[in-house]
Amino acid sequence: MAVAVYPRNLAEALRILEIQSPLVLAGGTDLMVKRAGTYPDECPVMYIGNLPELRQISRQGEELRVGAACTFTELLASPLLPDYLRVPLAQIASPAIRNAATIGGNLCNASPAADALPMLYALDAHFILVSAAGECRMPVRDFFLGPGKTMLAAGQLLAEIRIPIREGWRCIYRKVGMRRANSLSKLSFYALSDCAGGRLQDIRIAFGAVAPTVVRSREAEMKILSGLPVEEIILMYNGLIKPIDDARSSSRYRREACIRLLKQYLQS
Amino acid sequence: MGEKISFVLNGANVSLETEPMRRLLDVLREDFGLTGSKEGCGEGECGACAVLVDGRLINSCLMPVLAVQGKRVVTIEGFRETARFHALSGSFDRAGAVQCGFCTPGMLLAAEALLTDNPDPTEEDIRGALSGNLCRCTGYTAIVEAIRNAAREGEGLWP
Repeated sequence: MAVAVYPRNLAEALRILEIQSPLVLAGGTDLMVKRAGTYPDECPVMYIGNLPELRQISRQGEELRVGAACTFTELLASPLLPDYLRVPLAQIASPAIRNAATIGGNLCNASPAADALPMLYALDAHFILVSAAGECRMPVRDFFLGPGKTMLAAGQLLAEIRIPIREGWRCIYRKVGMRRANSLSKLSFYALSDCAGGRLQDIRIAFGAVAPTVVRSREAEMKILSGLPVEEIILMYNGLIKPIDDARSSSRYRREACIRLLKQYLQS
Repeated sequence: MGEKISFVLNGANVSLETEPMRRLLDVLREDFGLTGSKEGCGEGECGACAVLVDGRLINSCLMPVLAVQGKRVVTIEGFRETARFHALSGSFDRAGAVQCGFCTPGMLLAAEALLTDNPDPTEEDIRGALSGNLCRCTGYTAIVEAIRNAAREGEGLWP
């Protein structure tokens, strides 16, 4: 029979992680589907959903600090959460899943269709990875290597997500799926703009679920800011998007929908 | 040996030694005989297995039993004992919101979770709160109406 391990704090969790290499579980909403029917096995399971250090949401200077074991419901209830984060998070799954699923779990599972990801790429968020040896800060774009693959090393936990606060920035988010609730994204489009003083000052564009990791290009964004014609911008993104055919959608549909969403956004 | 997992189930302290990764749904149905929680899809799409954990709606097919250690779990069998259940059950009856009944336990608990948070919901709020619960019979309209009526008539029941 497997053993359930309940560390009381982060330091204890990191010690256990080093010694026992347990399966790490927070909300379980991805893992329980992935591992359906695989028990009983001998691997100990460490439950981190209650760790107080991973459940804080705070603002420090110009950064929002979100503990990795905060559920989506807790995030959405926080008065600190800006609209450009609230909009995509409110569309994740369903109320019951948002009550259990954690942002850290969504990220460590590293699905190309993870709905919390495009906004974090667009905002240049950072992750705080901790181990018994110490902590390191890593940009979101360096963390994800491909579907299910991250830089998280043995003995490490994702502890915190640090998200820059961008006062006055506005987002557009379009999630394309089979049903409004609970669908895994066929694709998603997240754009963020700073129009302070009535002029476009900055722009960020991210596509989810159309490549092994989120598609974002600072080069293309700079071209948009410099006023390159829409048709040429679209050509640039068309080269960056690499969708696949799978049970949820076809590569052709995904590409076409991305390009149309982009075009609509750029022309608005 | 597995550690004992202890929690409060429908108001009673319970404790069991079991595989920690077993689904809460299976523990409820097989170990406690509480078969009101149904398995529809087994992957969080349908909400037929919904229960309340510390007052929040949870799909019991996606929650390993180890995660309810020290928490309060309420199933439809426990909720049946409350005045709120009777208000909701009566309004479901009157609106014709129950056909085959398979989704009903999950729908009632989703309604309870909604009304606890928001005693005066709009239609959009109700539809949002039910968005993770599938019903293949009613077309939802009767369920939405039942919940709206319960909210209206059950004055004082929800805070």
